[in-house]
Amino acid sequence: MEYIDNILFFVALVIGFGLFFKSLKEIYRNIQLGKEIDRSDQKPKRWETMARVAMGQSKMTKRPIAGILHVIVYVGFVIINIELLEIIIDGIFGTHRFLAGIMGDSFYSAFTATLEILALLVVIAVVLFFIRRNFYGIKRFQMKELFGWPKNDANWILIIEFALMMAFFTMNGSDWVLQQRAVFSAHGSFPISASIFAPVLQNLSDNGLILMERGAWWFHFLGILFFMNYLYYSKHLHIVLAFPNTWYAKLDPKGKFDNLDSVTKEIKLMMDPNADPYAAQPEADPNAVPEKFGASDIFDLNQVQLLNAYSCTECGRCTAVCPANMTGKKLSPRKIMMDTRDRMEEVGRNINKNGKFVDDGKKLLDDHIQREEVWACTTCNACVEACPVLIDPLSIIIEMRRFLVMEQSAAPQELNQMMTNVENNAAPWQYNQADRLKWATDN
Amino acid sequence: MDFTIKTMAEYAAEGKAPEVLFFVGCMGSFDDRAKKVTKALCKILHKVGVEFAVLGQEESCNGDPAKRAGNEFIFQMMALTNIEIMNAYEVKKIVTACPHCFNIIKNEYPGLGGNYEVMHHTQFLRKLMEEGRLKIEGGSFKGKKITFHDPCYLGRGNGEYEAPRQLLEKLDSELVEMKRCKSNGLCCGAGGAQMFKEPEKGDKDINIERTEEALAMKPNIIATGCPFCNTMLTDGVKHFNNSEVDVRDIAELLAEAEDL
Repeated sequence: MEYIDNILFFVALVIGFGLFFKSLKEIYRNIQLGKEIDRSDQKPKRWETMARVAMGQSKMTKRPIAGILHVIVYVGFVIINIELLEIIIDGIFGTHRFLAGIMGDSFYSAFTATLEILALLVVIAVVLFFIRRNFYGIKRFQMKELFGWPKNDANWILIIEFALMMAFFTMNGSDWVLQQRAVFSAHGSFPISASIFAPVLQNLSDNGLILMERGAWWFHFLGILFFMNYLYYSKHLHIVLAFPNTWYAKLDPKGKFDNLDSVTKEIKLMMDPNADPYAAQPEADPNAVPEKFGASDIFDLNQVQLLNAYSCTECGRCTAVCPANMTGKKLSPRKIMMDTRDRMEEVGRNINKNGKFVDDGKKLLDDHIQREEVWACTTCNACVEACPVLIDPLSIIIEMRRFLVMEQSAAPQELNQMMTNVENNAAPWQYNQADRLKWATDN
Repeated sequence: MDFTIKTMAEYAAEGKAPEVLFFVGCMGSFDDRAKKVTKALCKILHKVGVEFAVLGQEESCNGDPAKRAGNEFIFQMMALTNIEIMNAYEVKKIVTACPHCFNIIKNEYPGLGGNYEVMHHTQFLRKLMEEGRLKIEGGSFKGKKITFHDPCYLGRGNGEYEAPRQLLEKLDSELVEMKRCKSNGLCCGAGGAQMFKEPEKGDKDINIERTEEALAMKPNIIATGCPFCNTMLTDGVKHFNNSEVDVRDIAELLAEAEDL
């Protein structure tokens, strides 16, 4: 019976990580629903971008207050993971503060003290974030696309992080008091829990403290497993996906849009004076799916665009700088990304249920994203510039315009007029091409 | 103008090639306001002694408004037509006064077989200045306050924020920056084919929002480097019945400084 703790721990660990990997597999499967895109070029530059933007958080600090608080939580998170390593080793082998033996006492003291200070900073940051998000009236946190789950989700994340840190302090505080009473051997240094939490814990008996320490330890561990599995249902997935997302980001100038190869072939044939319009068509593959222009659903988007949608943390920095949104139009780049993810989830559930995707009569365009949003974009790239993890909402908008124009001929009337002019007169207005040099001679 | 504008065809007929092709663009060719920018740039190039040519009747729309509206067919039709002509003239260097022409020829034409060294006119003029060919003395702008509006397709689109500013600093004027400038610059509202349609329903028009911000700086001149921005901000200034503030392209300011 003496190994029951270790066994329970091991089972929890396996289930926790097992479910987490199952979610990751599902995410991977859903991203695979998109079109393949080759983004394996310029590897050194991609690693550098990832190091700078995801690890270095270079874009977060553009807004200094949120940026600095975020860096604190991030650094806290990274270091807490080292502590998780100790928890796992202790849990499996029934040891106590295993790293103390490896690191040596003075280094271990420095390590635990650093963790404590970071944990306190994380608590402060999380509380400030909570106040800022709920009571400070920041516009991008009050928009209607955040009503319901997205808003609750954001608060749950902060509450869970707060609870985890409290458990961490309770665990260390009890441990420290027990160390003072020589019940536990002395390891580590705990400046925060010793001064703030220990005074309250002093009143407990030895057994009560041991219960407290173990309880907090288990709570902390199970809490981390829970949080890890909560990620899949949360905007917080960015803590994992920010890294691949920045690696696969577009490296070309922001103003550069892709050219559709299938169109090039058509146009070249059309412009070729030697092409024989009556020539026999090459034997067509009877099973070939005719190429669709642009995107009306997630299957038409590429895999990086779908990865983008999963990486979005709904911070709304894109929407805050969007000229269309700030002047009261319906377009919100954040909503474009949230809609894309919602649709992907919808399709994912459909696949889980039916084994493969069965047409549900819905599409990303119209059922989630409205045409009015798509047409309001000025392609100014402010959203792309603002995103802390290099998401490109503009590329999705353009794909939808391509679908509307080239598949459905459903552009706004004035744009149809403009396009007709370009086609017939080589200018967006009804001027004669022969008058193109008139400016040189008129006064 | 007291000199003639030569076309690529004329250069070719003489068996010569100019130093640079000036891709005028639709706005620069047909829009009355933008034509002034076109002429100002020509006057500067002529004064400096840069041999340049235009395509004239052989030029077609670069395809930008069609492409950003989602019509890849019309874009490629225009692009391939332009590329065929420019390649036939063995064009190497292109200068343009429109960031939309600049962006699309620089970034999207290479994939279709059009490889050129493309410069926005502010980049080209800065180069001339650095080479000592263009000397700017902006006496007439002394004490004037200028604020520069970054065109999206020059700034965020292609990362060029400095060339226009370096030219403006030579004018002896006071350059004041709006809060939203450089990579945070606010769009004028015309890009992405918005120029050609009414905006979607909202609280206000984007150009009004931008003009308000520019006017709050109390400038004498709002400087632009894009014919679309120029139109949008001119409309914005008119909206506020402000007759004191001028919206001017950087090329026009330089031409005026040189008394051209």
